[in-house]
Amino acid sequence: MTKLPTWADVGLVPLISLTLAALVSAGVLLAIGQSPMQALTVMVNGALGSSYAWGYTLYYATSFIFTGLAVTVAFHAGLFNIGGEGQAQLGGLGVALVCLALPWPHWTIALLAAMFGAALFGAAWAAIPAYLQAKRGSHIVITTIMFNYIAAALLIYLLVNVLRPDGQMDPASANFPASAHLPQFQEIPILQGLFQRFGADGLPRLNAQGMPMYQQVPANVTFLIAILACVLVWVMLWHTRLGFAIRAFGKSEKAAVYAGISPLRIIMIAMLISGALAGLMAINNVMGQSERLVQNSASGAGFIGIAVALMGRNHPLGIFLAAVLFGFLFQGGAALGLETDIPIELRTVVQGLVILFTGALDQMVRMLLGAFFAKKGAT
Amino acid sequence: MDFATFLQISDTALRFATPLLLACLAGLFSERAGIFDIGLEGKMLMAAMSAGAVAAMTGSVLLGLFAAILGSLMFAAVHGLASITFRGNQLIAGVALNFVASGITVLIAESMFGQGGRTPPLTGAARFANIDLPFAETLRAVPVLGPFYAEVVSGHTILVYVALALVPISWWVLYRTRFGLRLRAVGENPASVDTAGVSVVQLRFSAVIIAGVLCGLAGAYMSTGLQAGFGREMTAGRGYIALAALIFAKWRPWQALWATLLFGFLQALALRPDVVESMTRVAIPVPFLDALPYILTVIVLAGFVGKAIPPRAGGEPYVKER
Repeated sequence: MTKLPTWADVGLVPLISLTLAALVSAGVLLAIGQSPMQALTVMVNGALGSSYAWGYTLYYATSFIFTGLAVTVAFHAGLFNIGGEGQAQLGGLGVALVCLALPWPHWTIALLAAMFGAALFGAAWAAIPAYLQAKRGSHIVITTIMFNYIAAALLIYLLVNVLRPDGQMDPASANFPASAHLPQFQEIPILQGLFQRFGADGLPRLNAQGMPMYQQVPANVTFLIAILACVLVWVMLWHTRLGFAIRAFGKSEKAAVYAGISPLRIIMIAMLISGALAGLMAINNVMGQSERLVQNSASGAGFIGIAVALMGRNHPLGIFLAAVLFGFLFQGGAALGLETDIPIELRTVVQGLVILFTGALDQMVRMLLGAFFAKKGAT
Repeated sequence: MDFATFLQISDTALRFATPLLLACLAGLFSERAGIFDIGLEGKMLMAAMSAGAVAAMTGSVLLGLFAAILGSLMFAAVHGLASITFRGNQLIAGVALNFVASGITVLIAESMFGQGGRTPPLTGAARFANIDLPFAETLRAVPVLGPFYAEVVSGHTILVYVALALVPISWWVLYRTRFGLRLRAVGENPASVDTAGVSVVQLRFSAVIIAGVLCGLAGAYMSTGLQAGFGREMTAGRGYIALAALIFAKWRPWQALWATLLFGFLQALALRPDVVESMTRVAIPVPFLDALPYILTVIVLAGFVGKAIPPRAGGEPYVKER
């Protein structure tokens, strides 16, 4: 097989995979008697058409950046961490325990403490599968899947029997104190203007106190932390001794051992970082949006992290772009569910197709491209 | 727990164990041939929807069963294409197919029936009828075994008995036929099979197709036997429990039966927390019972109860030497 030029491998392969996924999705829509063009228009308007729409798209993207990075760090060590969902739910538990523990004086302090709680609980949930993989050779894919289900059961138990305040019906924790509220985009001074509400007459709408009113969006300061996490993961993986050890171990375990790298140490560290990143997602959805812990809080973001990491070719920059793409897909899918007859589940199909084409059928795309480049080279 | 309650729970356990057993045997064939199959869940879901939809339209459960196998086979074909032909990552292919199945079943059911992603409730010939085994009533008088035969063993749909019969059949195929020997060899050391002049690709594809058919049966049982119609996400992680049972059974057919019966029993117990509480005299939270199959699997995986060693070439695409 012809070796592809780097630019084609990095840029063209994911692009073609994405196009194939989009084409199959369009085919599915045609098959159920819907118009793909109409669907695309609704999705673009609903996810990118206004600052309000972006407020949702970037909120989802924030979660996906964390879970995508989590999958990536493990991937570089040759580990496939499917447990992001469970780790993110445990991260949510960490956030809830921190936020409910103290009357926090300021959101910045609460945020730092909650980040610590989220990372700690997420990492702890990844630690057991990591240890079993390193010490006993238990396949990490299976153990992390099992831990997702165990996490779900544990959280149902805790929410129903322990964290639920007296007299409340739904299985959820108490609301977090107002002092633990993270600033959302419409509360950040330089962004505020984008979300101002206007009346039909084009004048700004004012509330009872005569202050301008703003649209509520869930995107919050966590977005900035997610960007920071991208940079830190990039530095860690490509510019530190640890990152080198992780990547060396992932490429060839034998060579890494020969170079004096301890498999136990690398598996543990890579999975702890991975779990911590997945857990950190909870400051976006639990602390930044729902402001209490609910059942199934991660709502699939842990799994989308797999698609994001594959699409982003396991590079933080790629992950950022892929996370925004999936944020668009998620918010656009919600718009479809609201405005058309197309069920919201379309986004699950597209997500699956993206994983299929970028993660499992990538060789097919490479073979096709390889044939094309070989022909070009011959002429 | 008195005897009547035990019989009742055992009866439910056998119903719950059936889809697990079928899916577990599907995984057994696939993984013994060296193809890891995370996609059991997706194939079952697709089959359940196909069976529910076709049975609702035609009123014939057999056509529904046929559709279920076809639906599951379509997914199996994609899995085979990705992991055998194009040597892609088998685990990722399985995860991807689970997502596609989770969404597309709702999309299709919604566009066909417009009932929020469900298929219409099935009645009469559109469902598998319960079969009373011969002499069930006559033998009831026999102490202990009589009621057990009449209550637990008898009175299930044909698919339950098919699943049970498939256990010795799978054992025979895997351990007593040439095909079975080659299938196991291809999961341990594909190069040796290739050297002997047998096609690795063909063997692995037949394993994936067998897995597809078995998942089809499992899915059909979900929507036309266990329940009357398809509902979104109705397999509820059973594909993963089957995967867990497969590890618990250490990739062997008879052990697969015991493992799925155990997990089916745990699922049945989770529906009766009152019984559990009266037995143990402490309140055991239901979520704990739900999580028990997964916890047990982790313990087995950790090697505390014997060692679970997967087929050696599992998960690796085979590249012919040049």
